Amino acid sequence: MALTKEQVEKVAVLARLSLSDDEIEQFRGQLSSILGYIEKLQALDVEGVPPTTHAVQVDSTPLRPDVERESLAPESALANAPARDGNLFLVPRIIE
Amino acid sequence: MNPIDLTLAELSARLAAKDVSSAEVTAACLERIRATDALLGAFLFVDETGAMTHAQAADERRAAGRARGPLDGVPLALKDIFCTEGIPTTCGSKILDGFVPPYDSTHVRRLKDAGAVLLGKLNMDEFAMGSSNETSAFGPCRNPWDTSRTPGGSSGGSAAAVAARQCFATLGTDTGGSIRQPAAFSGVTGLKPTYGRCSRYGVIAFASSLDQVGPFGRTAEDCALVLQAIAGKDPMDSTSLDAPVPDWAAGMKGASVKGMRLGVPKEYFVEGLDPEVEKAVREAMRLLEELGATLVPVELPHTEYGISTYYVVAPAECSSNLARFDGVRYGMSKREEGALREMYFRTRAEGFGPEVKRRIMIGTYALSSGYYDAYYLRAQKVRTLIKRDFDEAFQMVDAIVTPTTPGVAFRLGERTEDPLQMYLADVFTLACNLAGLPGMSVPCGFSSNGLPIGLQILGKPLDEASLFRVGGAYQAATDWHTRAPRIG
Repeated sequence: MALTKEQVEKVAVLARLSLSDDEIEQFRGQLSSILGYIEKLQALDVEGVPPTTHAVQVDSTPLRPDVERESLAPESALANAPARDGNLFLVPRIIE
Repeated sequence: MNPIDLTLAELSARLAAKDVSSAEVTAACLERIRATDALLGAFLFVDETGAMTHAQAADERRAAGRARGPLDGVPLALKDIFCTEGIPTTCGSKILDGFVPPYDSTHVRRLKDAGAVLLGKLNMDEFAMGSSNETSAFGPCRNPWDTSRTPGGSSGGSAAAVAARQCFATLGTDTGGSIRQPAAFSGVTGLKPTYGRCSRYGVIAFASSLDQVGPFGRTAEDCALVLQAIAGKDPMDSTSLDAPVPDWAAGMKGASVKGMRLGVPKEYFVEGLDPEVEKAVREAMRLLEELGATLVPVELPHTEYGISTYYVVAPAECSSNLARFDGVRYGMSKREEGALREMYFRTRAEGFGPEVKRRIMIGTYALSSGYYDAYYLRAQKVRTLIKRDFDEAFQMVDAIVTPTTPGVAFRLGERTEDPLQMYLADVFTLACNLAGLPGMSVPCGFSSNGLPIGLQILGKPLDEASLFRVGGAYQAATDWHTRAPRIG
């Protein structure tokens, strides 16, 4: 199964990765061979088999009592911010 | 005798008897790290001051009769995937270079509560994606038995540090073999617990339905002492299991495999298995039989689909988990030019290494519109078939024994050009994660060129006790695990 250059570029955009032409060409070859190997899965009959989303079945998502408690202090949460304005994370302009 | 040659259990007894102090032992570990790590590269960060401070505090507690248990004052180290408050955490990636977490992972907190002395953070494949520690953005870790070879991955530093006697035990994570494979390659004992046995809170996520935390030690008993300190329900992780945590270490004293039924799956003895590995593993099985276990042939017919299933499920979950690295809240942020969108693309392009990008690309493709059913959903169904194989086998046996890896540690650089070949070598470890089972690797011999070989023991969900029983009985009858590499 061989991916086209355009398919690789489309996936890179979905993944928010800017790739050089060399990287696109390299990934095209590598992804094609990996996906070719994965094709093995198509040979199995999985009719009526339920999917396993989690290895251990958890009956339901447990809910904790809705009570107020201490959480991360704003100063700690923002300590690694590349850019901040008061208690806000600052990002470059959004509207292009 | 140099205290670094003691096992964790032996050290614990010496500390309790006040034959040695935590400060002395911690200083000896730091000295060992200084002497060996320029060559090995097991540590990404060594916290000398913090370690000595905690060691002295442990000694003071003990002097005052307030010692906290078997880990009090014992020097340990952590894979750099665990968030550590105030201590840099990189996950082996440039994108987190300089990141200092504001909180401790549940395991770090529990180890601190147990009095353990944390020496520092260990090298690993970037975001735990790799089988050789070579995808680390900070350079590879080297195998203490032969420094031209990989210690295994992704928890390469965690395995190498124990093998090189730099500390008494370490924590790693295992998503598809990342504890068991490096344990086998580096000649130490490593355990991946049942999925949910340990919390995942504060562990940087790779594939959430597969990731599990576990210990590396010189012996199965040492692994038991560490695991029982970190295991158990955690309100911060809804997938952590509310199951009692036994005193595994006490339970394995005088452990015997008499009467145990051990399954031997024929699918794990196939073409591609190194004859020296097969010989060592078969001999280990023969010994277990001599010790009173019965070997029972079992079938795991979907084994050959394990790699394909894993390399859909894991990359799909990773592509989703790693979406959080966007340059907004922490880590690298490339925002010199352009708007928000450019920042995302440039940060991720410069921050992630080639293997991480490759897996994000595979996962994004497998989850993309039109392909979801053919890849992700189908892989999850095959995952059910793989799980059913084990359910059936465990109707007949108490545990399953296999080689941990098809071969011994390979040379650095040997497989980096061919990612698929690297993936195929994970063939014996992946199914355990897909099925959520506990698995252990114990040293069971050496190749003719002096490289360690590992025996893998797989158990029923939540039955780590059987793994400790088999591992403990095997180590009581053998001395592979006592051998130490000569470094340099």
